Amino acid sequence: MKQRIVNILQEIRPEFDFTQELNFIEEGMLDSFDVVNLVTTLDESFSICIDGMDIIPENFATIDSIYNLLIKNGVKS
Amino acid sequence: MNLTFHNKAITGILTVLPAKEVNFEDEMENYNFSAAKSLKLKMAMGYNKRRIVDNGVTVSDLCVYGLNYLFEKELLNKDEMDALILVTQSPEYFMPPTSNVIQGKLGLKQDMICMDINQGCTGFEVGLFQAFMLLEQEEINKVVLLNADLLSQKVSNMDRNSNPLIGDSASITIIEKSDKSNTIFANIKMDGTAFDALIIPAGGFKMPSTPETAKMVEDAAGNFRSLDNLVMKGDEVFNFVQREVPPMIEDLLSRAGVEKQTVDYFMFHQPNKFMLHKLADKIGISRDKMPSNIVENFGNSSGVTVPINICYNIGEKLLNSSYVVCLAGFGVGLSWSSILIKLGGLSFVKIIEY
Repeated sequence: MKQRIVNILQEIRPEFDFTQELNFIEEGMLDSFDVVNLVTTLDESFSICIDGMDIIPENFATIDSIYNLLIKNGVKS
Repeated sequence: MNLTFHNKAITGILTVLPAKEVNFEDEMENYNFSAAKSLKLKMAMGYNKRRIVDNGVTVSDLCVYGLNYLFEKELLNKDEMDALILVTQSPEYFMPPTSNVIQGKLGLKQDMICMDINQGCTGFEVGLFQAFMLLEQEEINKVVLLNADLLSQKVSNMDRNSNPLIGDSASITIIEKSDKSNTIFANIKMDGTAFDALIIPAGGFKMPSTPETAKMVEDAAGNFRSLDNLVMKGDEVFNFVQREVPPMIEDLLSRAGVEKQTVDYFMFHQPNKFMLHKLADKIGISRDKMPSNIVENFGNSSGVTVPINICYNIGEKLLNSSYVVCLAGFGVGLSWSSILIKLGGLSFVKIIEY
């Protein structure tokens, strides 16, 4: 599943390498509009509905945080 | 704060939209986005086309045009207007109130009350509250509520946060005493500690406009705007809406003793499609019951989006049938408010172009 997350991120911002262990938000690799695109894509790709209260920067800062958000939404690892 | 009103009714709604339409795709090059990203955002946020006025057109122009239309069509008798409330963040002057200017332009009777209210995203709800309260007076039988905002002139065209979604418009809503026994439930809350989440920093007495405030500055996200322009902390506003609006709606329906499934429509303020979809999901209602198509067709014109939403999506139905409708506004202030009201049998529900 983590590779799938990387692929989605790569599609949103192809100019960055999301396999690096960086904070994507602090490094400017994802802005708030990227997060909107990311949430929309994750909702569609995994047939989930991410709660609006969970759309906060820390949930999209790393592959692990996005992974944990998907697990929270019932996606099987 | 919980509010309750009795024996009042909305009897007509007219929306006035500028004829000038601008398309998101024609403006994409102004923003720091790749074309691919812009097109994805178009889908998610509802960026598409929006209506804006030409330079020089003011709030009173749209309102007078709409009111004259109603007079000419004999849908409103000017002598029956006992109060004129204008809710706007785009007044023509600091003084006098723009509602007085409109009264003068139309030659309305002197035996009436005019008042301006400075509210934005909750402006339709706040205006209705004021109308309902005025109608408690024996001599006030008909209130005309004007909601109008022309904020496109205050947004930088290189601000990708705000410019793609801001629209201009006006609405005219008639509120009267009702012979039918009814109860309107409502609530409202305010949080002025976050007053700068949506703000035009310069131009008032606090920071008068100067050549210095007009200088364009790039922010961390690559937007260019000046202190004379509207600035919105999008993340903060999004989280505020997701946190505060669902419990407000739950409280309203609970107090009215109404199940959310029995509400026919949730006609909410229209910030953007993404926010509304997440809000509908959070509240636990079908997205079909909460239209989110106003930004993509006309833009977000602050508090006017609620009456536009009503006119555009259920206007025809309201002429002959009645529906239980939940209205809600949320944003600048910060403020958030909702109303549960039975709407139907209106004399007119219409959109016209200026």
